[in-house]
Amino acid sequence: MVSYGDFKKGKIIFARCRHLGFLLLPWCLLVLFWHTMAVSGFVNPGLMPTPAQVGSKLVELLFGGRLGIDILKSTQRVTLGVLLGIALAVPVGFLIGWYKGARTFLDPLINFFRALPPIALIPLVVVYFGIDEPAKVIILFYASFFAGVIVMYEGVAQISPIFIKVARTLGASEWEIFSRVIVPMTMPHILTALRVALGVAWATLVASELVAAQQGLGALIQSAGSFFQIDIIYVGIVSIGAVALAMDLALRAITRRLIRWQDRVELQ
Amino acid sequence: MSQPRVVFDGVCVDFPTETGPLSVVDDVSFSMHENEFICIVGPSGCGKTTLMNVLAGFTPPTRGVVLLDGQAVRGPGRDRGVIFQDYGVFPWLSVEQNIFFGLRLASSKTPANERAAVCRQYLELMGLADFAKAFPKTLSGGMRQRLAIARAYAAKPEFLLMDEPFGALDAQTRSKMQNLLLEVLQREGKTVMMITHSVDEAIYLASRIVVVTARPARIKEIIKVPFGYPRHEGLQETADFMNIKAHLRALVMAEYEAQQMLGSANS
Repeated sequence: MVSYGDFKKGKIIFARCRHLGFLLLPWCLLVLFWHTMAVSGFVNPGLMPTPAQVGSKLVELLFGGRLGIDILKSTQRVTLGVLLGIALAVPVGFLIGWYKGARTFLDPLINFFRALPPIALIPLVVVYFGIDEPAKVIILFYASFFAGVIVMYEGVAQISPIFIKVARTLGASEWEIFSRVIVPMTMPHILTALRVALGVAWATLVASELVAAQQGLGALIQSAGSFFQIDIIYVGIVSIGAVALAMDLALRAITRRLIRWQDRVELQ
Repeated sequence: MSQPRVVFDGVCVDFPTETGPLSVVDDVSFSMHENEFICIVGPSGCGKTTLMNVLAGFTPPTRGVVLLDGQAVRGPGRDRGVIFQDYGVFPWLSVEQNIFFGLRLASSKTPANERAAVCRQYLELMGLADFAKAFPKTLSGGMRQRLAIARAYAAKPEFLLMDEPFGALDAQTRSKMQNLLLEVLQREGKTVMMITHSVDEAIYLASRIVVVTARPARIKEIIKVPFGYPRHEGLQETADFMNIKAHLRALVMAEYEAQQMLGSANS
């Protein structure tokens, strides 16, 4: 006998499977396409390894090689750069989003520096900060700050002043207005700024690790490039994508928890 | 008669514009006594809200003064609860956290061990007890409005300032909310200033109605409503009610026309 409960449970399991299928399908298609390209002969097989070759190389480097430490180093740099960048972007973005005077004053400066690609600054960073760890973190900091500050200030500028008025009539002090109204209202924007900065930071990582890095995924790709180890280049690229995706998913999970109150279009 | 609690004395408000100062409120003088319910009625865009903002402490008068128990209003404060047109319910807090907000502030006069009970009391009074943990995004317009009122009440203000609080509600919800408001006021006296453009609402709720002109807002007439409290809906069908309504409607319509002329002259 199949009871209604079983039927319902079956339906939920089916829905979960379908959801998982939708999640995996694009990856399967991508790998399939890659494999087809690699074995089709359109591209010289020496120039394009198959997914299986790259996969086994990845496992080899992860357990018997440098990949673990490269991932760790890069993740550390990205995390540090993003945290520092956002730590500054939050107060600055808040300042120019909230105070009109500060906006007039700082907006042109920010837009000037934002337009400069971080890669273009690498030679200068080397001159002033050398080629050690700080140089790479500074580049990532720069990239994260300018990506984050724009998100913050657009977000803060849209905050409706009515909530502050309400808080005042309920008897809130200036500090209470800041801590109980403005901070919760800016939280979604801080999290968005973090996500955007994380994306930009990963994109800048390879460039920052060009600055004579010994370790890190950018360095891995760089050295593989000079030895024409195309499979290792692929391993580096796949690793960057995978780690960036994992970080983004984690951040999204945190965001969902922290701002449950927000209206969002949720998937079934 | 006792000392008035609120005195508007020659209040003028000008707003700066590109073409020079625009007079929004002009020489408004009237007073409010303890437990009075004053409705301000006038055409939309005439400066009614500005009048309320002056008493709330958000807009300083350009000339004249508003006295609160003899002291000039300097800024907003918890003695004057404000209920805004678009509710201003905090979306990041649940229904009960919204009510708790004012109770937890440093300026709160409610002792810490009584706060939960006060919160409970207003949740129940406003019929929100079943939604205590819900976030405002799941509430209807009428429920948000009740939440805004519950939150303002829990902070124990002496004055209640309301800016077209029921304007966005459908007719049934609106009439329910009016009765609920009267009921609550009956239980805990407050001195109320409500802004509305509904003639019926003004007569049904107010003890006095201040009719203001098209912009700049001046006092056109102050009408004393001759009904006592508690009031019941049947009141709206009585001949006395109809007579006041006819008179008030004529006044408001004339000003509405004037405001329309202003609008077309501006555009």
